[in-house]
Amino acid sequence: MAISPVPASDNLMGKALKEALFAGVIAFLMFLLFVGIETYQDINNALVWRTRWTLLAVFVVISVVGRFVTVAFIRPHLDNRKLNKAKEGIPDLSEDKGFLRKHFLKFALILMLAYPFLSLLIVGKQGSLKYVDNFGIQILIYVMLAWGLNIVVGLAGLLDLGYVAFYAVGAYSYALLSSHFGFSFWILLPLSGIFAALWGIMLGFPVLRLRGDYLAIVTLAFGEIIRLVLINWTDVTMGTFGIAGIAKASFFGIWSFDTGSPTSFVKAWGLSASSVYYKIFLFYIILALCILTAYVTIRLRRMPIGRAWEALREDEIACRSLGIDTVTTKLTAFATGAMFGGFAGAFFAARQGFVSPESFVFLESAVILAIVVLGGMGSLTGIAIAAAVMVGGTEILREMSFLKVVFGPDFTPELYRMLLFGLAMIIVMLFKPRGFVGSREPTAFLKERKAVSGSFTKEGHG
Amino acid sequence: MAGEPLLKVQGVETYYGNIRALAGVDISVDKGEIVSLIGANGAGKSTLMMTICGSPQARVGSVIFDGEDITRLPTHLIARKRIAQSPEGRRIFPRMTVFENLQMGAGLDNLKFFNEDVEKIFTLFPRLKERQSQRGGTLSGGEQQMLSIGRALMARPKLLLLDEPSLGLAPLIVKGIFAAIKKLNQEEGLTVFLVEQNAFAALKLSDRAYVMVNGKVTMSGSGKELLANPEVRAAYLEGGRH
Repeated sequence: MAISPVPASDNLMGKALKEALFAGVIAFLMFLLFVGIETYQDINNALVWRTRWTLLAVFVVISVVGRFVTVAFIRPHLDNRKLNKAKEGIPDLSEDKGFLRKHFLKFALILMLAYPFLSLLIVGKQGSLKYVDNFGIQILIYVMLAWGLNIVVGLAGLLDLGYVAFYAVGAYSYALLSSHFGFSFWILLPLSGIFAALWGIMLGFPVLRLRGDYLAIVTLAFGEIIRLVLINWTDVTMGTFGIAGIAKASFFGIWSFDTGSPTSFVKAWGLSASSVYYKIFLFYIILALCILTAYVTIRLRRMPIGRAWEALREDEIACRSLGIDTVTTKLTAFATGAMFGGFAGAFFAARQGFVSPESFVFLESAVILAIVVLGGMGSLTGIAIAAAVMVGGTEILREMSFLKVVFGPDFTPELYRMLLFGLAMIIVMLFKPRGFVGSREPTAFLKERKAVSGSFTKEGHG
Repeated sequence: MAGEPLLKVQGVETYYGNIRALAGVDISVDKGEIVSLIGANGAGKSTLMMTICGSPQARVGSVIFDGEDITRLPTHLIARKRIAQSPEGRRIFPRMTVFENLQMGAGLDNLKFFNEDVEKIFTLFPRLKERQSQRGGTLSGGEQQMLSIGRALMARPKLLLLDEPSLGLAPLIVKGIFAAIKKLNQEEGLTVFLVEQNAFAALKLSDRAYVMVNGKVTMSGSGKELLANPEVRAAYLEGGRH
């Protein structure tokens, strides 16, 4: 096309080279201490260090090549595509989504229900342990936590950096009450949720007047307080040793999953002993809990309280001038979000059989918040995808032994978890600044559902 | 009740910390009136509006609405007494659709009028009907102001408070919005209390008006009187009306 401004290609190459060199220098400086030098303990338990120049060189080369390719090829390609699209003039607003997209939720649900059996079929009992537990349950726990936090952050717009505290309250409620009083999982699951909700209200009261950064700092402190109490109140919580031997969840009191028990599930069904049945059972519990969370969130969004949360996120002063009681609105948001955190915590304790303050560090809060932000605040589908990618991605990282070929035999991919996490966040925020699913689905319609796109709206379509 | 004003502000003093923003203000608004309050920047007009809504609350004096003392009530309860406000800067909910914004305005106790009220607002501001499924934040300034007023009207208010409805709008749009206010007042007997910088338009619209200087009401009278008053003309009208 004559009008498309194509820059002189040698000029582009020169620019790409310059930027690549620059990226290389930055990468070198950044990774010099993180990657280039490694500390370890020698035989005498003294901390010594050694250099890893090859690994550092690999990192620098990757960033140089990556930058060069981005500037020289990928970016011009993307620009051209955008230009061509603009020339066509008609933005792509086609409403008829494909069959798959229209029924996406149904497919996802069926897939989730069939998942444990599929993995049993494909990789057998022993193999599916990994897929059901490490991938399935692990991801679903984060989906649930992120959906719970989504109520506080995504809907009510209250930035909560201490969400893991409610997870901890739920987990310890189950661990302590079950080991001291022998209550069953099915009694303690709702109780844990209620306790966590109470703590949510307790956190809510002092922070009612705070917003934004100030609220974030206080909630961060709250999370740390809960963790420090768990560490230091050794009489009750056993401190850093944690509580072990927590009872498993039973099949609604009918069958137990303990191998020695007379009502053992395995015996009752004449199956050969394997822990995979318990894992599959746990998978369905957490799936049910997730569905409950999603259902409650969707319902609440259409009720006055959910609308009030969203209005609160948009404009607090306008809310008050419309007669919305901002105090109760905020407290219910905190309590509801915390309750789901508590459910997830109780489930976590039952699944691990062991809880310790180690599991409830700030990093967990940060990861959950990152999932909510990456997925798109307020969007359940987006958050679920983000959780699957982020948590599943770190699990897959453990499997990537072929990376050793590139980075040398000492390379342990798990150690680069947070690096990749950060990289993924930067990439998503560059291309989708509002998260995977950034648009907010309206909940009220006068006559019929109208198309409302997140980025732009058709003129006169209302 | 003849004689008893709908809204009565008596000797109100409001402080921000130790700074006195209102120094004893007396104002009354009768049922069915349009009353406006004009004054320079920082005179305390918006503070008075906010004080009526209870945020901040008056330290001295009282605010009586419909024979009831509302001085110490929290804001959301004052709003539920059917005092609707279109706040300064419009403050619509930007990520919600126009329709959802209107829905937020409706009180839970009069939901049975909901469809009727929405239709009424759509006839008053046809632009809102066109844009009902569009996000509030994508509207133009004038449309946002219409939405803000429409949202306030959804509460079926006895008293409508408007804080600078002409803020940042083109004269033609201001005219349209003021015409709508006049229409509401004449056809439905809606009582309006209006704070305005645009003194000329406000005085032409109002039955009565107050002039505020440094936290005090210095002048009051009918809109026509004030329009003719040389002091008012010099301070707020000359040069300001173009």
